[in-house]
Amino acid sequence: MSVLVFIEADNGVIKKSSLEAVTYGSKVGDVVAVAMGSIDASELASVGKYGASKVLHCSDERLNDGVISATAKLIAEAVNQSGADLVVMSRSSLVDAVAARVAIKVGASVVANVQDLPDTSNGFVVKRGVFTGKAFANVSIPEGKKVLTVSKNVVPLEETGSDAVVEELSVAFADSDFGVKRISVHKQDGDILLPEADRVVSAGRGMKGPENWQMIEDLASTLGAATACSKPVSDMDWRPHHEHVGQTGIKVAPQLYIAVGISGAIQHLAGVNSSKVIVAINKDPEAPFFKAADYGVVGDAFEVVPKLIEAIKNNQN
Amino acid sequence: MKILVCISHVPDTTTKIKFADNKLDTNGVQFIIGPYDDFALARAVEIKEKEGGTVTVLNVGLADTEPSIRKALAIGADDAVRINAEPVDSLFVAKQIVEYAKSQDYDMILMGRESSDYNSGLVHGLVGELMDWPSIAPTMRLDIDGSTAKLHREIEGGHEEVEVAMPFVAGCQEPIAEWKIPNMRGIMMARKKPLQVVEPVAVEGVTTYQSFELPEEKGDCKMVDAGQMDELVGLLKNEARVL
Repeated sequence: MSVLVFIEADNGVIKKSSLEAVTYGSKVGDVVAVAMGSIDASELASVGKYGASKVLHCSDERLNDGVISATAKLIAEAVNQSGADLVVMSRSSLVDAVAARVAIKVGASVVANVQDLPDTSNGFVVKRGVFTGKAFANVSIPEGKKVLTVSKNVVPLEETGSDAVVEELSVAFADSDFGVKRISVHKQDGDILLPEADRVVSAGRGMKGPENWQMIEDLASTLGAATACSKPVSDMDWRPHHEHVGQTGIKVAPQLYIAVGISGAIQHLAGVNSSKVIVAINKDPEAPFFKAADYGVVGDAFEVVPKLIEAIKNNQN
Repeated sequence: MKILVCISHVPDTTTKIKFADNKLDTNGVQFIIGPYDDFALARAVEIKEKEGGTVTVLNVGLADTEPSIRKALAIGADDAVRINAEPVDSLFVAKQIVEYAKSQDYDMILMGRESSDYNSGLVHGLVGELMDWPSIAPTMRLDIDGSTAKLHREIEGGHEEVEVAMPFVAGCQEPIAEWKIPNMRGIMMARKKPLQVVEPVAVEGVTTYQSFELPEEKGDCKMVDAGQMDELVGLLKNEARVL
């Protein structure tokens, strides 16, 4: 099977989740990758280590803005040039918005939120998350072209090859492809992106106020983790909305999720239940989070978290 | 301003999910308007109140979805359309919406960024592409300025401000508007508002939900004394292998 994988970069560095998508694609067929915007050729070629033989690169700088329609057109053009039967993309705010448009452009069936490699023993069946993490569905995709958006951590990264060939991909964009104009970007540089993070430290109302968040940032910094928060915390503007994890916020799937002073309402758990390991720290021994967590600590966050930071530092020394 | 708001009809967030006969066991399940769709509807009603115009609400579903449609009318939609079909997948739903919308001259089509049952988040993009309109998701803010709209779209680690000419499609989420709770006058008026039932069109290339499964049961939470953080770090390193 011929597979096209869309790879996204952040500040010129290809996202780990995109490399996971390349590994995913290489387990299904022969992979060509497609990338856009300002990325160095050496960075693009490194995608070959994860199983791509070739990278089609459209260096048009207008694509640095992540325009939904233009990105969809680029990927569709790459499908046509590579003759791909299957398009694989790792979920992101851009991919979630683009995948459907790609599917229509290339006449493909599309399935989002895929959780495992496809079963091709009888047709093409993928497992996907449904009911906000409370269940999975096995979905049969009809013959013909297919587009999949794949969740993080579905396959571990595997280095199997060497550098890929990088080719410029020229796309005849129309003005209408850039009809949505970016006016400004509001983003904290240097932060670990929450949806990409392997470790997340999250906190809730138990922190009592935004002035107490330094302790959470210290724990995150010690672990190399991203910071997150519960919905009430973002509703009260203690933390920005893009840190809100839960059913109506960001859904995360890190290796380690540490919840501090979060009770564990079902809406919050819906956003974190794909985490590999969950640690809950709460002074209420009846907090529902302890039913969903792997490890629990009953105690006052203001006493426990500094001790945890110290213990991690001691372990690192 | 002529706005179409597409709503899903989904199990209440706190529902314990079970399956019977290879479909959701709806016994004892309370259904609600999709939470993200509620945000889209609330913003559409606010825009109508400020700019004038109409809000039409559309649902693809069988007759049992009508309580959700009536609730949307009570919240402030002017009229409603129900495409009389059980939703099969995102493509099926999108094609039903487009088949209806393409003859109606809407300025915008709003919906939630995803439904909270099947969580595909594809319908806004499919509708946008099929209508040949721009689509913007996840949309956190939407303001109208003449014939253009200014939106905030969530991106990793923040948000971007974008501008687009109408018409367009937006997949919405909080904090685009406060949810609206219908009042008694709205509920009474909703009973008299028109609800049109339209038969579906055939759609090829849809996916098939073969089977469902529940996640593995979590083991017991291992409790660690608050004074023993070295022990917790040891467990995370040596047992869970995440440090």
